[in-house]
Amino acid sequence: MSVLVNSKSNIIVQGFTGKEGTFHAGQMIEYGTNVVGGVTPGKGGQTHLDKPVFNSVKEAVDKVSADTSIIFVPPRFAADAIMEAAEAGIKVIICITEGIPVQDMVKVKAYIDQFDCRLVGPNCPGVMTPGEAKVGIMPGFIHNKGRIGIVSRSGTLTYEAVDQVTKAGMGQSTCIGIGGDPIVGTTTMDAVKLLMEDPETDGIVMIGEIGGSMEADAARWIKANGTKPVVGFIAGQTAPKGRTMGHAGAIIGGAEDTAEAKMKIMAECGIHVVSSPAQIGATMVKALA
Amino acid sequence: MNLHEYQGKELLAKFGVAIPLGIVASNLDEAVAAYEKVTAESGASAAIVKAQIHAGGRGKGGGVKFSKDLDALKENAGNILGMMLKTPQTPGGMEGAGKLVSKILIQEDAYRPTFESCKEYYVSILMDRERKQNVIIYSTQGGMDIEAVAEETPHLVHKEYIDPTLGLQSFQLRKVAFNLGLSGKAFKGMTKFISSLYKAFVQSDASLFEINPCLHTGEDDIYAVDCKVSLDENALFRHPDLAELRDTSEEDPTEVEAKSYGLNYVNLDGNVGCMVNGAGLAMATMDIIKLSGGEPANFLDVGGTADAERVEKAFRIILKDPKVKAILINIFGGIVRCDRVAQGVVDAYKNLGDVKVPIIVRLQGTNADIAKKIIDESGLEVKSAILLQEAADRVSEVLQA
Repeated sequence: MSVLVNSKSNIIVQGFTGKEGTFHAGQMIEYGTNVVGGVTPGKGGQTHLDKPVFNSVKEAVDKVSADTSIIFVPPRFAADAIMEAAEAGIKVIICITEGIPVQDMVKVKAYIDQFDCRLVGPNCPGVMTPGEAKVGIMPGFIHNKGRIGIVSRSGTLTYEAVDQVTKAGMGQSTCIGIGGDPIVGTTTMDAVKLLMEDPETDGIVMIGEIGGSMEADAARWIKANGTKPVVGFIAGQTAPKGRTMGHAGAIIGGAEDTAEAKMKIMAECGIHVVSSPAQIGATMVKALA
Repeated sequence: MNLHEYQGKELLAKFGVAIPLGIVASNLDEAVAAYEKVTAESGASAAIVKAQIHAGGRGKGGGVKFSKDLDALKENAGNILGMMLKTPQTPGGMEGAGKLVSKILIQEDAYRPTFESCKEYYVSILMDRERKQNVIIYSTQGGMDIEAVAEETPHLVHKEYIDPTLGLQSFQLRKVAFNLGLSGKAFKGMTKFISSLYKAFVQSDASLFEINPCLHTGEDDIYAVDCKVSLDENALFRHPDLAELRDTSEEDPTEVEAKSYGLNYVNLDGNVGCMVNGAGLAMATMDIIKLSGGEPANFLDVGGTADAERVEKAFRIILKDPKVKAILINIFGGIVRCDRVAQGVVDAYKNLGDVKVPIIVRLQGTNADIAKKIIDESGLEVKSAILLQEAADRVSEVLQA
């Protein structure tokens, strides 16, 4: 089972022939991911990394039955690329691009809501179902097929959690990097729901950070509907108010934005909250025992 | 990116938002000339002197002065220009060093015909993260801290959400004006004011507009008497003219330098510096430092390519802070190989020469064991770790030593 992506996903790469797209598509193919082609407007008809290049997402949907897209398009063109994918009928759109203007994402979110699709990101490491599909920029080798689902707003901190889970003798069902921007297509709660409903997931690691209310919303949903243990961590316990900490969405505005406030709500909702990011793996072992 | 008040007002005026007459000045002669021009046009002898720094609460520190005539203006302008202005929002607050005032705004007294006949409202626009829509927040309780108003009298704070595809509608403009209790000329003025303000917000890719106070004069005119404008840095590629308004003298000099190297750095008050790849892991590393008994001295994301050159620049940035007693380098090598990062650390350390603070290097991921060997056999005073918990323990040891 797993969620979002698997060995049967027909994946295309938007921004296929660019530097980033070329490098990461190569890594994805090497991992064994079912990349069926790519899109670069104006380069349709060519072959790149032994895969067909199309002029539009629609063409890729028609010719190679693409249902999943990963986007490596520069920020100024990324909003357009997401909307093109949604309109063409792509079901899972994963946008890696960092630095998309917020007002572009306000429009994108409203536009894609009318289609039957899911956006993951932007500004995210992608989605990984170990042994089946690596649709992102994460290092494949740290993952191990297993039964722990991971949801995170960050890149390397996700790898840290994956690594701890692997070293603790467990593996991952699907790891979802939801992204560090103020507006993301898939929220913490959306991702937790998917994993909660996945029969191949036994436990969930939920990694959040300062800014916004996504973790509190997810925690309240878990309290009402959760059936599996959840281990939670919030990065930025020592972050100052009013400063953006790298991710555009990681900024403390009001009192509810702080790590402390989020950790309190999560603990009240029955989540195994760790204050040290070094304890994520060990705490999951205990939570499942 | 924040703008100065005078820059924000110029931006608003371009979109037809009514602002009081005002001219910026950087010395006394310019201030007098500005006063003469402003008062000639306004017909009144009074004007306001306003310090132009990036911090709110300027009035509390003496940075905003009513000047009834030319003599008062000269005195106030003389006092404010060059002062170290302390406000609750400058670094260290009212106890801190303050910020140097190098520009002042000479603004007409728009409270006509009398101060008592005027009303002050609050208007702001921002993007609401939960609704994923822009929202106009407004209140009849202007001129004060809106968070306090929301706390004490929440029914006096109104919100109007804007449909992203359709934009701001006429009925919404009318709703704002009615909720503010307006009629006649002021009603019309407010609908135009809000409409122009929203257009300015969207077309300049702003992240925050705060008009406090928004003035309703006794003559039923509406003005943005003060304004706070923040722009979305990710959208500056669309606005080269606005990008030029950045005033780096308002920013931490080390942060400006770090930015020029492509490093994402935030200066903090603690004693343990850190260098990390990735923003989430960087925040988590700061948290680890705190749990190990230290306080983070900075946030620093070196990004995906942690090569020797970047590591060396990051080292130099961190070492500028004399409070730093130890440095924790935490790299999770995925695509970037740990042995390369380790070699980068060793080379950077040697290039720096005499580094006096202890350094803890935690490298995890591709070739982590080879990396640890490179560090351990380098002969340098560097402690190595692979697991995050080991790194935390090393930090504790160093701080206790």
